[in-house]
Amino acid sequence: MTRPGTETQPLRVAIVGAGPTGFYATDQLFRQPELVVDVDLYDRVPTPYGLVRAGVAPDHQKIKAVTAAFDKVAAHPRFRFFGGVELGRHLSVDDLRAHYHMIVYTTGAQTDRRMGIPGEDLQRSHAATEFVAWYNGHPDYRDLTFDLSQERAAVVGVGNVAADVARILSRTPEELATTDIADYALEALSASRIREVYVLGRRGPAQAAFTNPEVRELGELAGADVSTMPDEVELDELTRQALEHAPDRGTQKKVEILKEFARRTPTGKPKRLVMRFLVSPVELLDDGRGAVGRMRLVKNRLYATATGTLQPKATGELEELPVGLVFRSVGYRGVALPGVPFNDDWGVILNAKGRVLDAQTKQPLVGQYTAGWIKRGPTGVIGTNKPDAAETVTGMLEDLARDIHLRPSDATPEAVEGMVRERQPQYLSYQDWLRLDEIETRRGKETRRPRVKFTRVKDMLAALGRA
Amino acid sequence: MNIASLLAKKGPKVVTVQPEQTIRQALALLAEHNIGALVVVDREVRPIGILSERDIVRTAVRDEAVFVKTVSALMTKDVILGLPQDELESVGRTMTDRHIRHLPVVDQRRLIGIISIGDVVKAQRDLYRGEVETLQMELTEEHGRPGER
Repeated sequence: MTRPGTETQPLRVAIVGAGPTGFYATDQLFRQPELVVDVDLYDRVPTPYGLVRAGVAPDHQKIKAVTAAFDKVAAHPRFRFFGGVELGRHLSVDDLRAHYHMIVYTTGAQTDRRMGIPGEDLQRSHAATEFVAWYNGHPDYRDLTFDLSQERAAVVGVGNVAADVARILSRTPEELATTDIADYALEALSASRIREVYVLGRRGPAQAAFTNPEVRELGELAGADVSTMPDEVELDELTRQALEHAPDRGTQKKVEILKEFARRTPTGKPKRLVMRFLVSPVELLDDGRGAVGRMRLVKNRLYATATGTLQPKATGELEELPVGLVFRSVGYRGVALPGVPFNDDWGVILNAKGRVLDAQTKQPLVGQYTAGWIKRGPTGVIGTNKPDAAETVTGMLEDLARDIHLRPSDATPEAVEGMVRERQPQYLSYQDWLRLDEIETRRGKETRRPRVKFTRVKDMLAALGRA
Repeated sequence: MNIASLLAKKGPKVVTVQPEQTIRQALALLAEHNIGALVVVDREVRPIGILSERDIVRTAVRDEAVFVKTVSALMTKDVILGLPQDELESVGRTMTDRHIRHLPVVDQRRLIGIISIGDVVKAQRDLYRGEVETLQMELTEEHGRPGER
């Protein structure tokens, strides 16, 4: 038999996870000259785009617009989407091995990192990622509830997710009403009684991960006065030295913005957004009824590791913050897939440059690859996954050239469709999604919003006339 | 971005050598794995030195008996160690400033991986590319590509 990749015998690839990385990997494969490749892209939810739909904040529509590039990839005649089909539930790795020459796992980082402090499991202590998935209308999270009758909330972390959560909590109903935030979330947030939102960073202002546009945006909220503490945004000696040694305009600008926040006087807006630095939560305290009532913080100072990275060290000086709602946002973490070797230390699929490795021998498994956050961990912006996917696809092509690939028993598109139809008759195709997209957008037009999302699978099916 | 995300996709393989092994054995390892340096570890897998091609070359030019010498005689003992949470930017700067090409990474003093300056440079390049890519996608959707729309 000839090597797959020709008109008579296309290379058949399954990609599991229809987020940005899944599309980037698809695009890289389609761009290879003289390679005929069929790509089937799977996702456990019925809709594509992963975190662009379910993670990127609803008031950041410009970023969400990157999906137009993914739609172009999906227009390729050899592309198919199977939405609502889950690995380990509807299909197994062996099913994929029987139908494809190569499999790529691009499932991202589906859970969050814990703080590891006492009281973390009290009521009203949440993963920020769950709140994000909730306000974005993710079908698995839409029925969660958050007690927005509390007056004070704390967001632990200073990354972009923390900034998103703090902003969404601080927005006015009018601001939120022009976004594609889920309807129920708009309603709940409109009735929110939160007056104070704390954002807590364990290191100093120069080390905060959020970008300058994100910080600036926090200073321009219609209904919230932002502030920082003068002594916490003043640069420490080590940071000053580091910036002198390697000047970085972006960081300097960020510190300037945060210092300017310290000089502001409240203008009487209904909410306050307080950004704190050099503090770490050490315990969440019970309000006497099993829920968070206060948070104990320790003040930190910075020290330099051998490579010069500035890290926090607790000083022992404690402080208590009265907060009734806590969102931890200290990082995402990957989840193991059934039947796929996992590296528990890093929370990624066990791999070398995208080739999945056997758990025992540490040698590459034939025909199995990974890309994106589940390959390297949750770092970078959306586009960082493009070079990452390219590295994986390069490995796939090298292996193909050496005739290293799976030998599927039934490598036809029809066989796959038959199997999926049998296991998950309710799956959505890309055509289905484009129709849903059109309906969501049309519903949005009526209320001057970018779209009104379907958040229940049964509503999606009903809208498609399939229920 | 930190060292952990580099190690996450490097696979678990770190080639190590014991201090009492010979340079001949060390060279065989360098050749077999096609690498430029070996981490020298004690019995608890704690790094105690690093042995690079250069260390060997430097001795070889003046000493014919280099092959039978021990690793501990030639290795560099003052090794800078990285931690998983160390950030690429400071790691890259430290490696460049101090002319370090290989950085052993430890967790609780035990060796868990090694990164090269090449790994750091590639990761930084990918980060920048990623940012440019994201900005381009946003701009394209906002204004349309020239010639399109």
